[in-house]
Amino acid sequence: MAAGPAPPPGRPRAQMPHLRKMERVVVSMQDPDQGVKMRSQRLLVTVIPHAVTGSDVVQWLAQKFCVSEEEALHLGTVLVQHGYIYPLRDPRSLMLRPDETPYRFQTPYFWTSTLWPAAELDYAIYLAKKNIRKRGTLVDYEKDCYDRLHKKINHAWDLVLMQAREQLRAAKQRRKGDRLVIACQEQTYWLVNRPPPGAPNVLEQGPGRGSCAASRVLMTKGADFYKREIEYFRKALGRTRVKSSVCLEAYLSFCGQRGPHDPLVSGCLPSNPWISDNDAYWVMNAPTVAAPTKLRVERWGFSFRELLEDPMGRAHFMDFLGKEFSGENLSFWEACEELRYGTQAQVPTLVDAVYEQFLAPGAARWVNIDSRTMEQTLERLRQPHRYVLDDAQLHIYMLMKKDSYPRFLKSDMYKGLLAEAGIPLETKRRVFPFTWRPRHSSPSPALLPTPVEPTAACGPGGGDGVA
Amino acid sequence: MCDQTFLVNVFGSCDKCFKQRALRPVFKKSQQLSYCSTCTEIMATEGLHENETLASLKSEAESLKGKLEEERAKLHDVELHQVAERVEALGQFVMKTRRTLKGHGNKVLCMDWCKDKRRIVSSSQEHAVTMPCTWVMACAYAPSGCAIACGGLDNKCSVYPLTFDKNENMAAKKKSVAMHTNYLSACSFTNSDMQILTASGDGTCALWDVESGQLLQSFHGHGADVLCLDLAPSETGNTFVSGGCDKKAMVWDMRSGQCVQAFETHESDINSVRYYPSGDAFASGSDDATCRLYDLRADREVAIYSKESIIFGASSVDFSLSGRLLFAGYNDYTINVWDVLKGSRVSILFGHENRVSTLRVSPDGTAFCSGSWDHTLRVRGMVFRFPVCERREDG
Repeated sequence: MAAGPAPPPGRPRAQMPHLRKMERVVVSMQDPDQGVKMRSQRLLVTVIPHAVTGSDVVQWLAQKFCVSEEEALHLGTVLVQHGYIYPLRDPRSLMLRPDETPYRFQTPYFWTSTLWPAAELDYAIYLAKKNIRKRGTLVDYEKDCYDRLHKKINHAWDLVLMQAREQLRAAKQRRKGDRLVIACQEQTYWLVNRPPPGAPNVLEQGPGRGSCAASRVLMTKGADFYKREIEYFRKALGRTRVKSSVCLEAYLSFCGQRGPHDPLVSGCLPSNPWISDNDAYWVMNAPTVAAPTKLRVERWGFSFRELLEDPMGRAHFMDFLGKEFSGENLSFWEACEELRYGTQAQVPTLVDAVYEQFLAPGAARWVNIDSRTMEQTLERLRQPHRYVLDDAQLHIYMLMKKDSYPRFLKSDMYKGLLAEAGIPLETKRRVFPFTWRPRHSSPSPALLPTPVEPTAACGPGGGDGVA
Repeated sequence: MCDQTFLVNVFGSCDKCFKQRALRPVFKKSQQLSYCSTCTEIMATEGLHENETLASLKSEAESLKGKLEEERAKLHDVELHQVAERVEALGQFVMKTRRTLKGHGNKVLCMDWCKDKRRIVSSSQEHAVTMPCTWVMACAYAPSGCAIACGGLDNKCSVYPLTFDKNENMAAKKKSVAMHTNYLSACSFTNSDMQILTASGDGTCALWDVESGQLLQSFHGHGADVLCLDLAPSETGNTFVSGGCDKKAMVWDMRSGQCVQAFETHESDINSVRYYPSGDAFASGSDDATCRLYDLRADREVAIYSKESIIFGASSVDFSLSGRLLFAGYNDYTINVWDVLKGSRVSILFGHENRVSTLRVSPDGTAFCSGSWDHTLRVRGMVFRFPVCERREDG
């Protein structure tokens, strides 16, 4: 590797949309009427035309995109880091200062999209020019690159030096102002393409994405491909669609219902553990607690899925079903889930176990499935696979959802839980912590013993801080 | 438009006609062969019936596609931001970084939360010389919290049981589960520790049995690298969504391996997909600097989250618990927070010093964590929210 970390082979420039967008921005910044105010900048004895100040750039961006100055400064900085705007003084660091510091717009010849990947030969010539023009101008890392390049393309070194001298000679024929500008432009270009150690490499792309030629599956769009497409489109056309208004209204009610339960939107009580460094919220909302909070019990009423996903909710529901002598439904559903998401090797055993316990005639916990589904399921059981119980599982799930679940929500048991559940008091964050509390790591789930099945049998009343 | 793009890799004997020709790779039933140009042409026209030509199939496909767009448009009677007009605006947020995690010696590429809401697993590019095999681009926490899965340029997804016994070498217990023919871009456990879903640069997704390493189902259909996936929070179904370099987001049936829905409105690679908490929609983040919301029942794109000042691609997206906020990390080092219903941006967060590569909201929604190429991870929470007042757009 020579000349610093060369950017790994990435995607062709056409696939980097952000460069094109940045170019559009700088072009509009240079518009004579609507663009940034241009002025002539005096640098020692030379006058450079078409310069802009950092603060003008920031102001223009803030106004054009209706954003804050902080964001405008960020956007401007990004433009500078990519070499589209360069500083006239101290071009060693690509930074945007929101003050009177003068900047200029990079010439399209040197635009990041136009010339990349920058050739080693060009970099060698550039460094050679710097070295020849004034000994000692090469910075440490540039000296290293220069030496490495010298070793690497030693065979072409005469060419390098000759080109360097020619370019310097040609440059001498230009006006001092132009020479200065071109030097700045070139320096910026190389700062972007060969960033100094410690500076971010803006051209770096992630790996993959067709960097390996074989990964680009250039599919022969033959008969097979189009036939698949046609089949897909035909099926898609037959699908039932729902009106947008209905779908979008659903978002409104979902967000509205869940808003108070969303800590990032509405906060959480007693306090957000990340903000207050007090983990009372987590203690109160542990998977199994003696007294679930009101918000949590409310969520069990939002949807059947929400109830089942909460171990406490599920335990209470199981209790309720027990009272109605239909607990086997939930147990059956759980057994089916275990089958669906279990190890492949376990499939035959699990299927057998489920059959014995729930489906066989006279089974201990026989589930009441409609005769047609039962017939089909029993037929399919001859060749068991992990999805063999899907239909039966769905039937039982819908039964619970449409029948038992609404009754649960209307039951005294649920209403009692709701009434008992408390709303924690808010713990105000201490503004001046006088003692620094060391943070302790919570025990890893990998260390804890397997949790025991949560029971619904729990007394009323509160832990600390529950109203 | 060209149907075929020739990429000549070798000169040799064609696998079909055995003549010495310039060859290109073709795929026939997932097997890679090397054909000369003549045989490739012949293969392209294979499988045609009488009265069928390649051109007629292509035009039929295109006319059906047009009809599908028409059908989708017919039921689109209102825009999301119109419906959301009567919803109260969110006001201004103050989000603060509460933890900065600095353990990595290199770019952070991926992270995932543990279900215990406090722990995270993160993966990065290995330190030292940039060797391709050391980019670990995907990682996931098992639902039990007792194992993690990860993979990347090694083309594999491996599962490591977590152990805190100092005598045990974690790498020794590693189990290689998934094998792809190109890099692993994303992985996720399903509802249990025993199944893993993977997405790869070879254009496919796959479902694996962890115990045996057996391939349970594979999903073909993307025309280029698959970059991301997310499992649906559905109560009965087994579906997931994937996004790729072909600008398509595809919804799959895990059981049959079929693509059930596809959306193609992005203008560039889709880096990240995430389901809306209700499971009726999903959001995507792309290199075209936009995030989009697709509704599954309406079968169309219903919102675009973009701003003229946002130029860089979105690398990672996630919803808050209620689905009201969409957090998106971008390649220009920022995080933008969007009001999903109103379509406006509520906040822009600075702090990272290089591109944000990964972003996830914690399982209980109390915070969100972002990982970046600046070697750090930041956990942020909402400190407070200002009430709504009249102010000019954004700020």
